Amino acid sequence: MLLFKLAFRNVIGAGLRTWLNVIVLSLSFVTIIAMQGLYKGMQYQAEDAMMQVEYAGGQYWHPAYDPYDPFTLEDSHQPVSGAAQRAVAAGDAIPILFTQATIYPQGRVSSALLKGIPPEQEIMEFPSEQLLQSDHALPAIVGTRMAKSNRLAVGDYLTVRWRDANGTFDAQDVQIVHVFSTIVSSVDAGQIWVPLERLQSMLKMPNEATLLTLRQGLTDPPVLPGWDYKGLDILMADLREMVTSKQVGGSIMYLLLLFLALLAIFDTQVLSIWRRKKEMGTLMAMGLTRRQLIGLFTIEGGMYGVLAALLGALYGTPLIVWFATHGWEMPEMVDDFGFAIASKLVPSYSFFLVLGSTLLVLATVTIVSYLPTRRIAKLEPTDALRGKLT
Amino acid sequence: MTGVSLMNRTGGVLILLMLLHWTPLLNGQQQPTAMELLQALDENMVAENRITVSTMIIHGRRGSRSIQSKSWTQGSEKSYTEYLAPARERGTKMLKVGDQLWTYSPATDRIIQIAGHMLRQSVMGSDLSYEDMMEDQTLSEMYTPEIVGSETVEERDCWILELTAKTPGITYHSRRAWIDKERNIALKETRYAASGKLLKEALVQEVFQVEGRWYPKRMTFKDMLSTGEGTEFIVNSIAFNAEIPDYIFTKAVLRR
Repeated sequence: MLLFKLAFRNVIGAGLRTWLNVIVLSLSFVTIIAMQGLYKGMQYQAEDAMMQVEYAGGQYWHPAYDPYDPFTLEDSHQPVSGAAQRAVAAGDAIPILFTQATIYPQGRVSSALLKGIPPEQEIMEFPSEQLLQSDHALPAIVGTRMAKSNRLAVGDYLTVRWRDANGTFDAQDVQIVHVFSTIVSSVDAGQIWVPLERLQSMLKMPNEATLLTLRQGLTDPPVLPGWDYKGLDILMADLREMVTSKQVGGSIMYLLLLFLALLAIFDTQVLSIWRRKKEMGTLMAMGLTRRQLIGLFTIEGGMYGVLAALLGALYGTPLIVWFATHGWEMPEMVDDFGFAIASKLVPSYSFFLVLGSTLLVLATVTIVSYLPTRRIAKLEPTDALRGKLT
Repeated sequence: MTGVSLMNRTGGVLILLMLLHWTPLLNGQQQPTAMELLQALDENMVAENRITVSTMIIHGRRGSRSIQSKSWTQGSEKSYTEYLAPARERGTKMLKVGDQLWTYSPATDRIIQIAGHMLRQSVMGSDLSYEDMMEDQTLSEMYTPEIVGSETVEERDCWILELTAKTPGITYHSRRAWIDKERNIALKETRYAASGKLLKEALVQEVFQVEGRWYPKRMTFKDMLSTGEGTEFIVNSIAFNAEIPDYIFTKAVLRR
């Protein structure tokens, strides 16, 4: 306890030097916690949106289907029969059919993915009910990204050309009946959604699908022979990897800040030991062991961390609370990042995140504070009293 | 790629349809049957081999550009094209053997097989897609013909031949061709989707006679769903039944 009191008095007594260290270190604290929360928030938002709009409770894919290989799309369709048909009838799954198509917005030629979805489905929070508008020859809905890139608006007609199951060209005008907004670009960019049965008829693929999307909350996914199960862990793997890589990239900034703060503490400790030789000799003469002396200096260094945590909490808490409440407006270009980023990022701070980050910084500060004090282990009291450091 | 080079690749199923040279069978004296017309067409479309130098003029939104190429064609299944100009395209090569198509780009020194969705892409920005080049059956194998009338095209009297796919797997469900009654060459062709929507149109503006065949000198091919002005094909020179060594139709030739 004596050591703590002594250390505290020394640290406070150092005045401006202490507060400069504490301020820089507290900035590191706040930045680390803020950034970690931001990435967590981004991941949670994206996962939540993707579950709601696209993946629901998981998917069953046609065995040949590979979303990263457009070559597989042509053969990725099969009848929804047997167990799959029963799952669809029970409301546990919805079939979705894909095909590649050529579109002609304003007479320009462009590629698109034509997707068929049951308009009445309720498994995904997707505005498929808009496709029930029966007064249109072939109603279609598109996302805002698709609408923007092809200059489409509600009411516009768009010529779509495709090949049916036999390979014969067919073409038809579709009318855009709704433009939806979603942060999930994988259901939006380059895609046109039409009623499933109409697409099956257009492609001459009756009752066929490319994949089945499962209802959320199914405790055990049904066993569907002939379909490959893709759980949320698999479906979200890319997103999680992307967030992790962004996290690593972003950590460089706050690690740099932390490094500067630790360097300042290290310098302070070295300087302190060099300038306080006589004080160390006196303390040893008064009965303090070398080990206690090392402890004293290490505690002094560690106290920078504690003070920084307190100071950081003082100004960082309201800042982080405001950040978590109001979010962070994203520029428009993030729509093109290829994964679900909300227009406003809302960070997510958990108790363990704050505690973990704090303990990590405190431990690092303590270690850095300890390193220069190892010289004290060889200190002779008589030398120290004479101002010598061997 | 030029119209003729494409014809060479497809054995005439596509562009060559318009380039037909009829035998004296038609010659304006007596109306031939539709099947006679089509069979005569097939006989004239596929030469044993052919070497063509041609120019393709692509009319785009930002102006026009010309691409010159030389093609070697054997029957209806094998075709090899090398681009000669402009400098940017020079050295690009394309090989079609049966139902497989490869391209070689000197800039990347890579051979790419064109398949799947890539077949839907435009060839050099023209109105033709790679899949337009992949058909190698004769028209009489694919379509049931019917003569539906006669009409004047480019100031020439033509038979109108309507072709309907015999089987479901044919790329274009139906076509219509305007055949010159005297010169026995198709001067215009339209291609339709299963829904009846007009997809493509080809129009021959100038013809010339080569080794007894009437051949198009200049023609325009247009994707009717787009607003572009189409792609023009000009045949600079053509030689029938020329000697073509076998190595020309191997993948190794792409890197030579």
